Amino acid sequence: MVEKRSGSTGPARRSAGARLMQGNVAIAEGAVAAGLRFFAAYPITPANEIASLLSRTLPRKGGVFIQMEDEIASLSAVIGASVGGLKAATATSGPGFSLMQENIGYAAAAEIPCVIINVQRAGPSTGRPGGPAQGDVMQARWGTHGDHPIIVLCPSTVREAYELVIHAFNLSEEYRTPVILLTDELLARMSETVELSLPEVRVVKRRRPEVPPEWYFPYDDARGDVPPLAAFGQGYRYHITGLFHDKAGFPTSRLDEIEEWHERLFRKIDGNVDKIARIEEVDTQDADTVIVTYGSTARSARHAMRRARESNKRVGLVRLVTLWPFHDAAIERIARSAKRIVVPEMNRGQILREVDRASRGRAEVVGVNRADGETIEPAQILSALEA
Amino acid sequence: MDTVVPEQEYLRPHKKFPSVWCPGCGIGIVMGAIIRAVRARQLAKDDIAMISGIGCAGRMPVYLDFNTMHTTHGRALAFATGLKLARPDMEIIVVMGDGDAMAIGGNHFIHAARRNIELTAIVVNNRIYGMTGGQVSPATPLGVRATTAPYGQIERPFDIARMAEAAGAAFVARSTTYHAIELDRFIARGMEKKGFAVVEVLTQCPVFWREPDQIGDPVAMLKWFRDNTTTDPDGVASGKILRGVIVDRELPGYVESYRTLMKTRRKRGGG
Repeated sequence: MVEKRSGSTGPARRSAGARLMQGNVAIAEGAVAAGLRFFAAYPITPANEIASLLSRTLPRKGGVFIQMEDEIASLSAVIGASVGGLKAATATSGPGFSLMQENIGYAAAAEIPCVIINVQRAGPSTGRPGGPAQGDVMQARWGTHGDHPIIVLCPSTVREAYELVIHAFNLSEEYRTPVILLTDELLARMSETVELSLPEVRVVKRRRPEVPPEWYFPYDDARGDVPPLAAFGQGYRYHITGLFHDKAGFPTSRLDEIEEWHERLFRKIDGNVDKIARIEEVDTQDADTVIVTYGSTARSARHAMRRARESNKRVGLVRLVTLWPFHDAAIERIARSAKRIVVPEMNRGQILREVDRASRGRAEVVGVNRADGETIEPAQILSALEA
Repeated sequence: MDTVVPEQEYLRPHKKFPSVWCPGCGIGIVMGAIIRAVRARQLAKDDIAMISGIGCAGRMPVYLDFNTMHTTHGRALAFATGLKLARPDMEIIVVMGDGDAMAIGGNHFIHAARRNIELTAIVVNNRIYGMTGGQVSPATPLGVRATTAPYGQIERPFDIARMAEAAGAAFVARSTTYHAIELDRFIARGMEKKGFAVVEVLTQCPVFWREPDQIGDPVAMLKWFRDNTTTDPDGVASGKILRGVIVDRELPGYVESYRTLMKTRRKRGGG
């Protein structure tokens, strides 16, 4: 899914429905608009506002907020609630995200929808809790053990955070998969004027089985790669496990059953990259240099691009809204037309490698990096454009 | 379906047996006791969920015709907490081994007890790690030899029942696989309890338990449970393990408290 734009978009204009809103607040409100009814989390900077807001909102809406004893328990409870039929999410930052990895793999393997919000801060380890970073991009893709697909979204404005958290819930229900929303400390704590009267919030409901219980197979591909999921307690008694399982959900060591399941698991995500992976392109058609950017770094990248255009440099921009699955085809296309690709990111070069791989040597790929908990400023990107 | 034994009604019909458990294992006795407790309470299978962690005991849900989930190691109670809050009217039984509940899942265990969440936790305590080959667990008694304590365990074990009591569980009982009928009653009482109920069951692992006079002999292990446990609190002084209902108290359950909170907040309105 490629959205093409010409020129850059300015800040949202004030209107009757406009509000000054913080990034974390947008995420909490977007989640509720998406149908969130269960939220479990453990305190961590810089994600805290999401939990404190939801602890007020959810009980009033008949939903559940619970502060768990750690991040492992938080995601466990989220998966349990999702099996009970509720839309469920947790929010955390780097150290907590590390603790969640095993259960992310469980949710991917057992195909339980859930949303994990990771407000990135500088790491590794405790790092710099108050400094933004984009160091968890590869962890979001590969953090759990074993092979599995995943969907990871990355907003770059407060308004987009609101929209993408809704999209995250929708994708998690549509594809029966955990979806990770990667934001960062900058986006979490900044406030922007946001117009929230969105054209229409599309909310995807979970597909329920329509067959009688004795015909129900929670992992069957007979009706497509994403089988309907019955909630516990609704008359469909079945088994869920993190072990390799057959179409009924029971552990199996039969290689044909394992292969069938694993193939379907990948097919449902990687086979739908064009539908899932969103990118935004700005002025790439005549560009000989293209900035590939994502998240809050895209804000500086836009600015740098404008400045470069002002001095008649043919610079374009590609913003990855979906980081994973990676949009190989789009990057390869860019690499065919551009000579040089500049990848600014608040880490030591993570998406850079993906861009390099997808470019297949057709363009020079250069990183602009910073991983000390400070944002990349336009000037730093600009100097790479001029180099 | 013709049932050979009443328990069969609660077992899954297809391709599940023989079980993964070794001959002489005590987990089947615990499973039988759970089924009899469910029968005694006349609960519908649709309304029961069984959640387990990892290990030999964690395999139990495969065999039972409930809503079943085999989760990650140590996390069964945390998964069950989410499910219970989503489906407050379901009866949720959580099955864990001693390593699962007290080592990797120890934090979740004490916090489930502190919250007094309306779950029934069965701790199948064989006092070692069975599935991974007989390593010491937090319940291995002092001096007992194990795969990772070839010279005998030098750490003191947890008293699981007392841990549950101290952490705030509303109901705590302990029995053994020798006392199977008593066990049915304790599990049924635990399920009736509005709050966090813990039933610790001492069980035998005839494959990896290394006490010299019991190696490979499940009958010797069951007899040991008969001879070395007591329902008389005064008997504990002589080194015996206390069986019985250790705690049965009225405390507000978490789901009940949350429902009250929701009601009052909704009355006050607001979005």
